[in-house]
Amino acid sequence: MISTTLGSLGRPVLQAIAAVGRVALFAAQVLGHLLRPPFYLRELGVSLLQIGWFSLPVVGLTAIFTGGALALQIYAGGSRFNAESVVPSIVAIGMTRELGPVLGGLMVAARVASSIAAEIGTMKVTEQIDALVTLSTNPLKYLAVPRVVAATLAMPVLVATGDAIGIMGGWLVGTTRLDFNSAAYLKNTVDFLQGWDVGSGLVKGAVFGFIVALMGCYHGMNSARGAQGVGAATKSAVVSASVLILAANYVLTEVFFSS
Amino acid sequence: MIELTDVQKRFGGNRVLQGVNLSIASGTSMVIIGGSGTGKSVLLKCILGLVRPDSGTITLDGQDVTSGDRDAFLARFGMLFQGGALFDSLRVWENVAFRLVRGAKALPKAQAREVAVEKLRRVGLKPEVADLFPAELSGGMQKRVGLARAIAAEPEIIFFDEPTTGLDPIMAGVINDLIREIVVEMGATAMTITHDMSSVRAIADNVAMLHGGVIRWTGPVGEMDATPDAYVQQFIHGRADGPIESVR
Repeated sequence: MISTTLGSLGRPVLQAIAAVGRVALFAAQVLGHLLRPPFYLRELGVSLLQIGWFSLPVVGLTAIFTGGALALQIYAGGSRFNAESVVPSIVAIGMTRELGPVLGGLMVAARVASSIAAEIGTMKVTEQIDALVTLSTNPLKYLAVPRVVAATLAMPVLVATGDAIGIMGGWLVGTTRLDFNSAAYLKNTVDFLQGWDVGSGLVKGAVFGFIVALMGCYHGMNSARGAQGVGAATKSAVVSASVLILAANYVLTEVFFSS
Repeated sequence: MIELTDVQKRFGGNRVLQGVNLSIASGTSMVIIGGSGTGKSVLLKCILGLVRPDSGTITLDGQDVTSGDRDAFLARFGMLFQGGALFDSLRVWENVAFRLVRGAKALPKAQAREVAVEKLRRVGLKPEVADLFPAELSGGMQKRVGLARAIAAEPEIIFFDEPTTGLDPIMAGVINDLIREIVVEMGATAMTITHDMSSVRAIADNVAMLHGGVIRWTGPVGEMDATPDAYVQQFIHGRADGPIESVR
């Protein structure tokens, strides 16, 4: 009875530890290939386009609505303390430090991790990955490394763009709905914002980009056979990338701002 | 010469290969027959190193396939996969020239494309096909592109995994004839997996039957019909009655 209970408790813990170990080994293998030739620049270029450029609309739309909603909430909350004037500065800090990178990361996780996992998973079940091996090409180097590098490079750019659009969303709502003076709103934003507010968000973006592509590639490469296997890999990629982004965000915020 | 000695492989509790012994002489065409799920593809993947055997040895010209330079080893092989396994994101000519534009002996892009178009012509496809994507081709055309990719670098050894599965009889005949022509023309060693008896007769110099995880019978294709082995006879005549269970 006791051993059965302990067993049922211990089994998922051991499975979780084993999964963490497998992901860590996969990440180490990807990083190990970063500086060793051959380099697949064409694949890197295609990945930059697909992960970076084609994610711009979803990141931009997320940012503009978030910036607008944030301005409304801060105004409503601030009015309880006669502190409505903090709207521009809090919108700027909120977007650059937290909401830009986190919401951008989650949206890219939904869009990119799923597509990477589905693509690589399909390649696995249709023997395209075996074909790569028989053509003397390392699948990890050809498929995973360009995607991980591209996502790590593209995410900070997406975050910076999202930050700017989010702040503009706040400005739009502030000037059209909350009676802020346009020039004063922008001056307040620029004066209050510090370099590290933006820089920390960009670092977070790079980490989140790495996580998104790593999870997409890992789950794709380990996809089970059949449509159900690819579907499960896709779902696992999005869920694990999203959870890891939120966890990494807490850790990075602790490291950057706890003092 | 490819030589397999007591090769064993299990997946969980399923012992797929239970001690396979087989020799394939250089320049000959060996066809492996056997029912679905008997481990034919696993055997082929063990030779290529895509699946690691649990025990036994596999040698190529006397050298263990798990030792030595892996890229140099794989460069000696071409493979036609059952479903073609063409890369969806690449154009047809880029699929065919995949190996040619990579590695130490990489050709310039234009030259690789010329070679690819020539190989496509060799398998009966027009140059216009070169710029299409695999999804734009029929199943038979995809098989031919896969065949062109397998022979593009003129390998010494070519593997064909169920080359006619899913094709109509006419297209299957075309693919069989192509494989035979190419193997003879290139002087390559060929190993084909199939349960299509018309493919066996068209492609094989020698035949081996895999059943129960071991090679049940092997010999020249000309002796296949006359063998008294009840397993082979049941298989080649497609009978439901016999030592092979029809429900597996």
